[in-house]
Amino acid sequence: MSAPFFKFGAFGDEASLVVAFAIGIGFGFFLERAGFGSARKLTDQFYFKDLSVLKVMFTAIVTAMLGVFYLSWMGLMDLSLVYFGPTWLVPQIAGGLLLGIGFVVGGYCPGTSMVALATGKVDALFFVLGVTAGIFAYGEAWPAIQGFANATNLGELTLPQVFGLRYGLVVFLVVVMALGAFKGAEVLERKMARKEGAV
Amino acid sequence: MAILHETARLDPRTAADGKTVARREAAPYMNPYLAGVGLGLVLLAAFVVMGRGLGASGAFSSLVAWLVDLAAPAHARANSFYTDYLESGAGHPLKDWLVFEVLGVLVGGFLSGLLAGRVRRTVEKGPRISTRGRLTLAFAGGALMGVGAKLARGCTSGQALSGGALLSAGSWAFMLMVFAGGYATAWFLRRQWQ
Repeated sequence: MSAPFFKFGAFGDEASLVVAFAIGIGFGFFLERAGFGSARKLTDQFYFKDLSVLKVMFTAIVTAMLGVFYLSWMGLMDLSLVYFGPTWLVPQIAGGLLLGIGFVVGGYCPGTSMVALATGKVDALFFVLGVTAGIFAYGEAWPAIQGFANATNLGELTLPQVFGLRYGLVVFLVVVMALGAFKGAEVLERKMARKEGAV
Repeated sequence: MAILHETARLDPRTAADGKTVARREAAPYMNPYLAGVGLGLVLLAAFVVMGRGLGASGAFSSLVAWLVDLAAPAHARANSFYTDYLESGAGHPLKDWLVFEVLGVLVGGFLSGLLAGRVRRTVEKGPRISTRGRLTLAFAGGALMGVGAKLARGCTSGQALSGGALLSAGSWAFMLMVFAGGYATAWFLRRQWQ
């Protein structure tokens, strides 16, 4: 059987919702295991005290990236059937900045706030209400902002296309970059721990 | 003393305020690289089984669109932002892939927390901010993130993790900006956390 299974008709829409629930359980489980149900653990990333956000995120990206790359290289998976979102460069840069600010102000991101809510964090409940209010405000403002939101649509753009490099080479470079970032993160954490100890 | 030691080892700052020390012994968190591999395999499973990545903010959008449609159907139907979500579910706006995935996230997070002794009603904050201040900022940060996630067509899950693993240019630009925005803001918000 070829992957992605759903796209090859292995199961229907109703069953896909069961799959969604099961995958969600795995997602939530590992987020909580990593400590991402705690806003202080998450925001420590931005004070250089605990760089778990970077470590977990890049390990997850590298794991899934290598999996997808090797499965399609071995002919077991048709990567062209996997949903690939288009690039809207300027709105995505603006949205990323807002998200980063919101992360430090609010303490969570939408996914981690659900895990925090599930483990009893009252602040996560207020965060979730805030996300809902923000999306409602965005929806109400949609007629006015859709021009900006739909600007600079560059289509399905990949990093290999941007840099004019082969897919496999970019995969390799991302792995090297991630390993470098992990090494840097470990060094930085030790340095900060020494500084804290000295104060 | 064993409880105090375990808590102190887990989070020395929580122990310092004196009030939260006497809680049930919580297990330490998983090694971040191991948790990352676990998360990556879940994401890979989504790609392999479904042909799509993970998400979170999209489920909130479905919820908002459904609520607006309940309260003011004509208003909702006249707005393409809402109709996109109203028409995406399998017959009902909430019968949507991401809505079910996020329900799973709640259950998975609860299970992991329960097994580790980490389910406890609390407000996460540093010692230098009031509870009311923290809850206000949590709401404000959430609202900023709601707007940001919609502009970017996804949040940390849908863009950074899923798009990042597929080497999407927009996702990587987004991810760099999330870190930039966070680090640029951290100094101003230090009293909330440190």
